[in-house]
Amino acid sequence: MITKEATKAAPAPAPAVPEPPRPAKRRRAWDEAPRWQIYLPLGVYLVFTLIPFYWILLFALRPAGSTSLVPWPMTTAHFEKVWTDRGFGTFFQNSVLVGVATLFMTTLVALAGGYALARFDFRVKRGFMLALLCSQFVPGALLLVPLFEIFAELRMINSLGSVIIAETVFQLPLSMILLSNFIKNVPYSLEEAAWVDGCNRFRAFRVVVLPLLRPGLIAVGSFAFVHSWNHFLFALMFLNNQEKQTVPVGLNTLMSADSVDLGALAAGGIIAAVPVVIVFAFIQKWLITGFSAGAVKG
Amino acid sequence: MAQAAAVAKPPAPPRRRRASATPRRLPYLLIAPAALLMLGFIAYPVLSVFYYSLQDYNPTKPWRNGFAGFGNFTRIFTDDPLFRDTLVFSAKWVFVEVGLQLLFGLALALIVNQTFVGRALGRALVFSPWAVSGVLTSAIWVLLYNSQTGITRYLADMGVGEYGVSWLSDTSTVFPAAIVADLWRGVPFFAILILADLQSVSKDLYEAAEVDGASRFKQFWHITLPHLKDAIILSTLLRAVWEFNNVDLLYTLTGGGPAGTTTTLPLYIANTSVDAHDFGYASALTTVAFVILLFCSMVYLRLSKFGGEK
Repeated sequence: MITKEATKAAPAPAPAVPEPPRPAKRRRAWDEAPRWQIYLPLGVYLVFTLIPFYWILLFALRPAGSTSLVPWPMTTAHFEKVWTDRGFGTFFQNSVLVGVATLFMTTLVALAGGYALARFDFRVKRGFMLALLCSQFVPGALLLVPLFEIFAELRMINSLGSVIIAETVFQLPLSMILLSNFIKNVPYSLEEAAWVDGCNRFRAFRVVVLPLLRPGLIAVGSFAFVHSWNHFLFALMFLNNQEKQTVPVGLNTLMSADSVDLGALAAGGIIAAVPVVIVFAFIQKWLITGFSAGAVKG
Repeated sequence: MAQAAAVAKPPAPPRRRRASATPRRLPYLLIAPAALLMLGFIAYPVLSVFYYSLQDYNPTKPWRNGFAGFGNFTRIFTDDPLFRDTLVFSAKWVFVEVGLQLLFGLALALIVNQTFVGRALGRALVFSPWAVSGVLTSAIWVLLYNSQTGITRYLADMGVGEYGVSWLSDTSTVFPAAIVADLWRGVPFFAILILADLQSVSKDLYEAAEVDGASRFKQFWHITLPHLKDAIILSTLLRAVWEFNNVDLLYTLTGGGPAGTTTTLPLYIANTSVDAHDFGYASALTTVAFVILLFCSMVYLRLSKFGGEK
């Protein structure tokens, strides 16, 4: 653990990683743990992380009844079955619709509210902030019954709109706090300068602030999408019609069958994971900055 | 949707130079859509839960509906062993999950914060289960744990354990099995948050400590950990609330079984309202759960001196 030992154990420190944004900037002694102290625990943890992924791929690709540990001979039969016979094609469409609609609604509404919180002092501000924080303690799962009654009243049971609204509402508080923190980090003087140049408030916001909010918007938007894509309780409760179900509900149906078709379940799981993997690959580099700028810092 | 459209309306009055003088109604206009949505779909349902908690309300037994006073609450505390059992299990679940997630998450964050060959790839792989849903996590671990072609079969091939073992249907193994499944996707959450906060530690501090000859462990203990304190308190609290409330994983993985041994309080409540249609009693349970959660959070924030001395 001590630095001197550290340098002894690793006489030739590995060259700094050529990471694109800031190359070889930090090569401090404190930074240089012995290599095995990095690779050994990381390797062990990676095995734990990756085996489950491999397992689902294996089950999705190998023929039913096979016990081979490599997916060979490979088959797409499970995917075809799940996509057409088990309705995952329809579920997938519904899930995309819900995810995209939630993304846009959450981002728009949270952006407006976040701007107000960041830039204005108004009478109910403290109370509103408190309400946002308190809402974090309200478990959506426990409001299922009253929510069901509200949507029944609005004649929205069995319509994707109910799920979109419910997902948006529960995404809002955190998204708004996040975005207001991002907006606070943009100096007000930039906007004021734009006003002097003759922009009205909306135009100044659109031209000056919005481009600087990209990391924040990407973080909030992708969280909203991924959350609504993944969440299944609202869809399970509010959508009774098979045609209207979403992917997670479909997965749950596969799992709760009397004898689980493991191949179909695995293929369905992969279908459920694909959009999330795409979003995740896309936001990787924004994720850390997004969090550090918005979430944890005040 | 109509509410969202209101946002796009350029709110500033035409006289522009004075635009910096805040139009008084603008902030209210801006928070209106969010406020309305939250009033209608969070505040109102919460209030109706409080209201129903004082009622006997069961749509399948309308003849018994009516005002119940504190009857539901008396029943919870005096006549419901399931409430106690599920609450204890919830506490156990949250405590073990959050503790282990923090421990592994912190270790992982410290590791991938180092400079080493393959760091970008390592980070991406380590964080990847973060975005996997509860239902998908269940699906994956159902495949791993299944008694015929699951991991136990291949372990048995190697001479470890027996064939046909199903960890999820044995009361003695179901708890660790479920804990591991949830850890798999929970650890990256902490690792990401802590890594984000690690980026903001001033490098000068480490350099100064280096000059003073502080060991790496001492640097961690006296510089890194104090810096992370607030982030750790906040993320453990948020995670604890989330782990308490979330039902996705256990609902689909074990369904609360075998023999009710993995039923959390929210799962019990969901069963009471959805299966038994006993809305009044479920509402009272919800109220109690909510109060317990709020109380524990307050105590935790107070004890941990959140936002205290730097």
